[in-house]
Amino acid sequence: MNSGDTAFMLIAMAMVMLMTPAIALFYGGMVRVKNVLNTIMQCIVVMGLVSTQWILGGYSLSFGPDLGHLVGNLDWSLFTGVGLAANETYAATIPHALFALFQMMFAIITVGIISGSFVERIKFWPFFLFALIWTTIVYDPVAHWVWGDGGWLKDKGILDFAGGTVIHILSGVSGLVVALVVGKRAGYGRMPMIPHNLPLIIMGMAFLWFGWFGFNGGSALAANGIAAHAMVTTQTAAGIGLLTWIGLETWATGKPTTLGAASGAVSGLVAITPGAGFIPVWSSLIIGAVGGVVCFFAVTQLKNKLRYDDSLDAFGIHGIGGIWGAIATGLFASKEINPAGADGLFFGNIEQLWIQILGVLACLVFAVVVTYIVIKLMTLCMRVRADEGEQIVGMDTMEHGERGYAYMDSLGALSFSNPLTEGCKHKL
Amino acid sequence: MGTSDKKIYRIEIITRPERLEDLKDALRAVRVTGMTVSQVYGCGLSTGFREVYRGQAVEVNLLPKVKVEIVACEIDPDIIIEAATKACHTGQIGDGKIFVTEVADAVRIRTGERGPAAIMDRQEESAIVDKRVSGNYKD
Repeated sequence: MNSGDTAFMLIAMAMVMLMTPAIALFYGGMVRVKNVLNTIMQCIVVMGLVSTQWILGGYSLSFGPDLGHLVGNLDWSLFTGVGLAANETYAATIPHALFALFQMMFAIITVGIISGSFVERIKFWPFFLFALIWTTIVYDPVAHWVWGDGGWLKDKGILDFAGGTVIHILSGVSGLVVALVVGKRAGYGRMPMIPHNLPLIIMGMAFLWFGWFGFNGGSALAANGIAAHAMVTTQTAAGIGLLTWIGLETWATGKPTTLGAASGAVSGLVAITPGAGFIPVWSSLIIGAVGGVVCFFAVTQLKNKLRYDDSLDAFGIHGIGGIWGAIATGLFASKEINPAGADGLFFGNIEQLWIQILGVLACLVFAVVVTYIVIKLMTLCMRVRADEGEQIVGMDTMEHGERGYAYMDSLGALSFSNPLTEGCKHKL
Repeated sequence: MGTSDKKIYRIEIITRPERLEDLKDALRAVRVTGMTVSQVYGCGLSTGFREVYRGQAVEVNLLPKVKVEIVACEIDPDIIIEAATKACHTGQIGDGKIFVTEVADAVRIRTGERGPAAIMDRQEESAIVDKRVSGNYKD
């Protein structure tokens, strides 16, 4: 046990916690004014839901004693045996409970990120149910594969420093699957759906960026040089991601935008996440820049070409950026930087690249198949999608009975749309 | 006051938001003491502008304007129109329009006065009106 490591990890844990409300603000600013609360709520409720699930069994499924290299068992439910002593396998110098809490914050934000693909059209309680099922049968097993003791991808030697595969690929890809099954927003493609509050987006990005130091730095699980190194690569990748995006959009549409700056920074952060503590600093510039390029084209070109409605580009940024980051780790990782890691392709080890690609494909296929089954079954059992009338009035009024900005009167839209929404009966 | 034969008319001025302060000053100078202002969107021959959000281009051709409504009676409409035109004129496309319509009746809610009396300045309040017209907004 080391008090310096423990102090650092306590703070890193709290920094990662802040990232979920940050993504709530980031997403909240991006939706239309009538859906701001519902969008924020989908992230906020996850903080309650996954915290509870993680204690009850989520942590044990992810990190508990191995079952067939696929999932943990339930021995550590209710944090049984997860106490003040360190766990030698995961983090030898900090309390096991602190490691579990740090990992809980990752589980929370992953479910928060997914919502970005399908906000503005999914009903609240079905989302709640989906989040609970998804975190239990998609996130927890894959976290075990990659990080859990005995997990099959970990045994193969996959490198995922802070969650490129587990967090960004899973959330981005699963979000897209839900978006496709639930369908496009009413009026998508016919009317502009533009962000209602850019400053809110920037505030969200600022807190995300800040929290990411805890996310990537803290993934060293100790207050050491690797943590510092991960923070350096995090900063440089975010910075160059930002520059890349505004450069590209100035070339493509003539003007640099604040939304583009925020998107570019987040793309860089996503891309660097799996490699942060494994790759040399110079390569973080390449990873961040390419992250900006691939996410930019995914968001501005791919989405329009394939005509899917990924509302806030959770797939375009987290899915695509995560895939690039995981592969880039297989290119640039170096044992000189982190002896606990491995060498990548550019340091003479092509094997690592294949392992990374295998990890990406495994996560991708698993996320697509399981998420598809879950959301498809849900749509057969209940009404997941808000109907057109509800979408016109807005999810805030229909799902929560409140408005984000009471002075912006939406009552006109309300009275206009009431006849369209049968089945909306208030019990009061 | 024997004003029942006077016509009540309404003047709607739709113009650039940035001209509003000049317009208010000009109207006050011709003793228009009341007005209703709303924020509106409109299009005419003005070109709009283009916004791009993550590659999603939005053509904005409804531009923000202000609408100033005045209901008057004893002031010659031409005086108001001339003052407003002068205050709002830039010579560029997008200066706006002025519409004049007749009003059938009016009621001053505070006193219950009807017709022209409802909208003309009351004699016992002329001191307040003079103060306001001279630009003094303190009581």
